[in-house]
Amino acid sequence: METLWRGLVEALYLLLSLDPTVWRIALRTLAISGSATVLSALLGIPLGIWLVLGRVPARRFWLTLTHTGMALPPVVVGLMVALLLWRTGPLGFLEWIYTPTAMVIAQTILATPMVAGVMVSGLQALGQEARWQLLGLGASGFQAAWVLVQQARGALLAAVMAGFGTAVSEVGASLMVGGNLKGYTRVLTTAVVLETRRGNFARALALGFILLGLAFWVNAMLTVLQQREADPDS
Amino acid sequence: MSVLLEARGLWLPRGRHWTLNVPHLQVQEGEILTLLGPNGAGKSTLVAVLAGLLPPRRGELRFRGRVVDFRRNLDYRRRIAVVLQRPVLFRGTVWANVEMGLRFRGVPPAVRREKVQRWLQRLGLGELAQRPARRLSGGQAQRVALARALVLDPDLLFLDEPFQALDAPTRRDLLLELRDLLQAEGRTAVYVTHDLTEGLALAHRVAVMVEGRIRQIGPPEAILYRPVDLQVARLVGMENVLPCRVQAKERQLAFVEACGCRCTALAAEDVTPGAPAYLGLRPEALMLTLEEPQAGTSARNRFPARVRRIWPQGALMRVQVQTESGCTLWASVTYLAAQELGLDEGQRVWVVFKASAAWVFREGEGSRLSAVGSPQ
Repeated sequence: METLWRGLVEALYLLLSLDPTVWRIALRTLAISGSATVLSALLGIPLGIWLVLGRVPARRFWLTLTHTGMALPPVVVGLMVALLLWRTGPLGFLEWIYTPTAMVIAQTILATPMVAGVMVSGLQALGQEARWQLLGLGASGFQAAWVLVQQARGALLAAVMAGFGTAVSEVGASLMVGGNLKGYTRVLTTAVVLETRRGNFARALALGFILLGLAFWVNAMLTVLQQREADPDS
Repeated sequence: MSVLLEARGLWLPRGRHWTLNVPHLQVQEGEILTLLGPNGAGKSTLVAVLAGLLPPRRGELRFRGRVVDFRRNLDYRRRIAVVLQRPVLFRGTVWANVEMGLRFRGVPPAVRREKVQRWLQRLGLGELAQRPARRLSGGQAQRVALARALVLDPDLLFLDEPFQALDAPTRRDLLLELRDLLQAEGRTAVYVTHDLTEGLALAHRVAVMVEGRIRQIGPPEAILYRPVDLQVARLVGMENVLPCRVQAKERQLAFVEACGCRCTALAAEDVTPGAPAYLGLRPEALMLTLEEPQAGTSARNRFPARVRRIWPQGALMRVQVQTESGCTLWASVTYLAAQELGLDEGQRVWVVFKASAAWVFREGEGSRLSAVGSPQ
């Protein structure tokens, strides 16, 4: 109990005193997970749109695959990426293992199905009817998709945020392909693991708080968005 | 009249219980064809196929004689317009929604403005032009959906139960308005409904659908008075259907025995002497009299009966009578006529009907299906 209490006080101190190590880790996390989010949005959003509105052979199979992808175990992704980027691996010549690039790749792989999956449910919620109505008014496939994506813009933002949530909270893959190198590939989650293992609970807690803060911020934005979507005037 | 749309061999399995199966269907230029059938009969599926929205497993669609590709049919879809059961309105103003189809077609802004303005006025939506579309009442929303389709000046208009979600007065008003709009321009339309009154209000021809098939197609009077089987008879309000035995047939007339009486009635072509059949009588076709009618009058058929129940329905009285042989019949008479006759329960009456208002038909496919229990 005492450990917890002392940890909390120290954590607050570290946060409020703007401890440079802690904040640099936070900024690095934002940079790496932010990049992964942008990439996964660029891949996942078109993928989601295509899965629902495109002429997809065996659509159900691909949808199942996407939904499975939403629950990909990070360590498995970490292992795959590590095997690819390993110095003796097929992409070893790139020398990306234990770099932020490797982490961005791993997080993108984890976040893309999440983005696509949320996009898929958003578009499916509009229903077959909306699509038929547009086609029945003479929309080309592309025009219909454009209107539908506009209708589902709430889902679009939700998808990006879900992607960010996945990227920023994941630890297994980052640890395996990033190596948790101090000042280089150490991010919030990997640092929490390290500090906890070392018994530096105060530091771990401080980092944990920042992570929680990020998660809170993401969800607050989502809530605001959803409320705006529910307004028929929008 | 020329054929605008022609479908051949449409076949598409839907769900576990039924398959859309339409060997042949034509829509003539300038006609309003009503697809009438109970919920789940496949009407919406057929419309989706005809509108090029849903490819069938097999079959062919021709528009003005040219084959419509089910995969690449943008040209065809730009000649038609579709209004669905629920008015699917999109984010944005009423104006933006009505303008949508014109934008898809790349119509120049000035032309767009003029057309949208005109149709908003015609449907009484002028005031609402700048209102958010998703804030409208059900009736207003459906008006927007109609304007959105009509502004496209479609060669063929598909209306899939457009008024189903509306309250009765709004529905009646819109239906009348729609009829005037369609008739004023001689527009070709396919109108889907499960409501007999609504379907007949508009139709030049009615196609009755049951379980994915078109059971009967023809002008309203044929559907109303000469249904091909029991299910169609039930759907079109032919409430009295008596099993009968055909004794003789002479051209269109059959002489049958039903409920212990000999009757003369119009008969379907496939009715043959000796075979079991049904005698169908609409409740409005039955007249009730207190005295036995003279032989030789135009109404040659009569049953002695007794009034069992009287059930007022607005300006009409529904009277249930039981014939001496034990058959039960429903008759519809006006309130006034019932009063003049002094109808009362238990009273003896004569049920009289003309041969031309009675219909003999064979046990069709529908009756067999209903005997084993339909999925509906």
